[in-house]
Amino acid sequence: MAIKGREGAEPPDLTEVRPYGDTLDDGQVQLSFTLPVPYGPEAKEAGRRMAREMGFEDPQLYHIEDLGEGYTYFIVYGRTAASIDFTDIDVATVDSERMGFKELNAFIEETFGRELVVLGACTGTDAHSVGIDAIMNMKGYDGDYGLERYPMVEAHNLGMQVPNEKLVTKALELDADVLLVSQVVTQKDVHIENLSALIDMLEAEGLRDQMLVICGGPRIDHELALELGFDAGFGPETTARDVASYFVKELRERGLT
Amino acid sequence: MTTKLGIDDRQVRRARQAASAVADRMDDFIRRRSTLSVERTVLRLMGVDGVDDEDIPLANVVVDAADEAGELRGGITRTMARAVVQTGRDPQTVAEAVADGSLDLSELDSLPEDRVRRMGDELAESAADTIKNNADQRQAYLEESEERPEPLHYVIVATGNIHEDVVQARTAAREGADIIAVIRSTGQSLLDYVPYGATTEGFGGTMATQENFRIMREGLDDVGEELGRYIRLCNYCSGLCMPEIAAMGALERLDVMLNDALYGILFRDINPQRTFVDQYFSRLVNAYAGVVINTGEDNYLTTADPMEAADTVLASQFINEQFALRSGLPEEQMGLGHAMEMDPEIENGFLYELAQAQLSREIFPDAPLKYMPPTKHMTGNIFRGHVQDALFNAVGVMTGQGIQLLGMMTEAMHTPHMGDRYLSLENAQMVMNNMRDLGEEMRFKEDGIIQSRAQNVLGQAVDLLEDVEDRGMFEVLAEGVFADVFRPKDRGKGLDGVFERGPDYYNPIERELRERTGLSVD
Repeated sequence: MAIKGREGAEPPDLTEVRPYGDTLDDGQVQLSFTLPVPYGPEAKEAGRRMAREMGFEDPQLYHIEDLGEGYTYFIVYGRTAASIDFTDIDVATVDSERMGFKELNAFIEETFGRELVVLGACTGTDAHSVGIDAIMNMKGYDGDYGLERYPMVEAHNLGMQVPNEKLVTKALELDADVLLVSQVVTQKDVHIENLSALIDMLEAEGLRDQMLVICGGPRIDHELALELGFDAGFGPETTARDVASYFVKELRERGLT
Repeated sequence: MTTKLGIDDRQVRRARQAASAVADRMDDFIRRRSTLSVERTVLRLMGVDGVDDEDIPLANVVVDAADEAGELRGGITRTMARAVVQTGRDPQTVAEAVADGSLDLSELDSLPEDRVRRMGDELAESAADTIKNNADQRQAYLEESEERPEPLHYVIVATGNIHEDVVQARTAAREGADIIAVIRSTGQSLLDYVPYGATTEGFGGTMATQENFRIMREGLDDVGEELGRYIRLCNYCSGLCMPEIAAMGALERLDVMLNDALYGILFRDINPQRTFVDQYFSRLVNAYAGVVINTGEDNYLTTADPMEAADTVLASQFINEQFALRSGLPEEQMGLGHAMEMDPEIENGFLYELAQAQLSREIFPDAPLKYMPPTKHMTGNIFRGHVQDALFNAVGVMTGQGIQLLGMMTEAMHTPHMGDRYLSLENAQMVMNNMRDLGEEMRFKEDGIIQSRAQNVLGQAVDLLEDVEDRGMFEVLAEGVFADVFRPKDRGKGLDGVFERGPDYYNPIERELRERTGLSVD
């Protein structure tokens, strides 16, 4: 274990990074879980063994609680010996520089000389329109106007529970430049299935390369989006400017003018 | 009215008057119409249950058949009564005969009006008696039950599998929950029929079916008897099948039901005409069943800014109160909704939330107000979230809310894990027990932050309500006054299920329920 120093504490070895509790490389982790076993001394032992099976050395069961109906809840601290090589990490991110509202509209006018057609929808059975509304609606989110307010964007918010078929039909009909798909409900990975189905459908129609297809949601990031065949993915706290800054540049780069 | 907020009685009266005028005008519109779902509800209350060989509910089969036969404008009871008299069967077996094709509703004998009405009235009376029996049974349970201090603790289960839900619900009851709500599977609100039977798959929740209601009711009665306290069951009348689900709730003894046309209009894009008519009838059923309705004003604040839109919440509560009265609901069954949704970074935000919650309390003193937890500013930082929920619990107990929908620290992450629900119940019990009578001990500083905020919000709500009175409910919905969402009268889902009542429209269940809840019968 590395030695602590009062002055200029020793830097971590980035090729072998471990969780930090209060000492470099102490490997301390907090976790909680429920087991379907009745509360009692056996449950306590079960919690300890479970933590060891997870790879924690010397697990401390600081709290255990009877949840009733044969369930027990554990709050545990343990030490992990696992480490990762931080220098080996390369994460895909959306790197576009964030432009302002006026700047974006001016950029579209100059580059494309026409309004960009953007379709937004919360697809499948998902009824949570809060995400797509934040990006599309006039009012926007957190002081950032939504795309409906952009004079150089023809924004269509199709709302929630939009079937993939309908989105594709609309995209054809309106000759869309960009599709924005929001997914909030992620239980049983329903969003993965639904997002993949959209890409399949666009490919089958020969539309995939004619537009940018972007997804967003609390459980979505760029890495996942790329994996599913999207052009980009945006997570929480994204505003219309983030998304627009990406798609105006990307459309230009791909010559989709 | 006793007031800690220094609010002006005359302002409250003005608001009520305006809301009353709005509701009167809507009531006139509503009572000249019916919907497919209202007629299906009538059949369900007469005992029609089950599905045909294509899984279409028999209530749908019969109403659609009557519609095709051109009989629906007279009300489904007329058709059913004729079929019952002609065949000597009960409504369920009539429905089965329609489904298997052995009975054609377009070929029923014509009968003298008094013969039809005798049978219809009889069916209606027996349906109302069934509802009453369940309400009486609840009352009997409650009298045996340990009395629980308000706000009652309301938690959700949402596994998608009703049997798993029961396990979760029973642990919650043991940990101190008073009300269990089974969240519905996403998408059900837009189905124009109610699925049938026990279900084990759903997304973000579990299908609302009558069998699922029965299974959960049984599980809660069982654990409740063991604990010596009645555990209330909640589900959702929202969507295209509002009144049918209210009927199912009445038949399976649900205790609390979400019931709010405005919610369906704004957040599920259901046609305003459809859902106002559905709301009227579903609330009538809820009223007689002794169900506490919950309204959805809290949701406005998930899209609109809670600092700026507080008046829309209060205005909507006034309107919902007037609609509820016109369906025979007493104040004691009005769980008017509101929420703690301000950004927790706002300086003195707690004071503004306190002002709003106290304002609802003072204006609707007998209503078991439903207070909703932070959702919009929950971040995934569960530790921060747990603190936000503790603040929320403090406001709830200090202002004497009726029903506290407990916040989960994993809000905005996933449907609650069993352990999350336990922590949430522990949080509520500790905060509320520890602060039980603080509200009683407190007075607010005259013209201080809290009083001024409350008075401002009330003033704005009065203006808004008088504006709604001038322009009309349908018009303000089209203009996006509530929740920043725009909903024109002739758009949205389900409009084709609305029809004008014919001159011979006959709905004795409506009449029976109106009479028994003390409403005028015309």
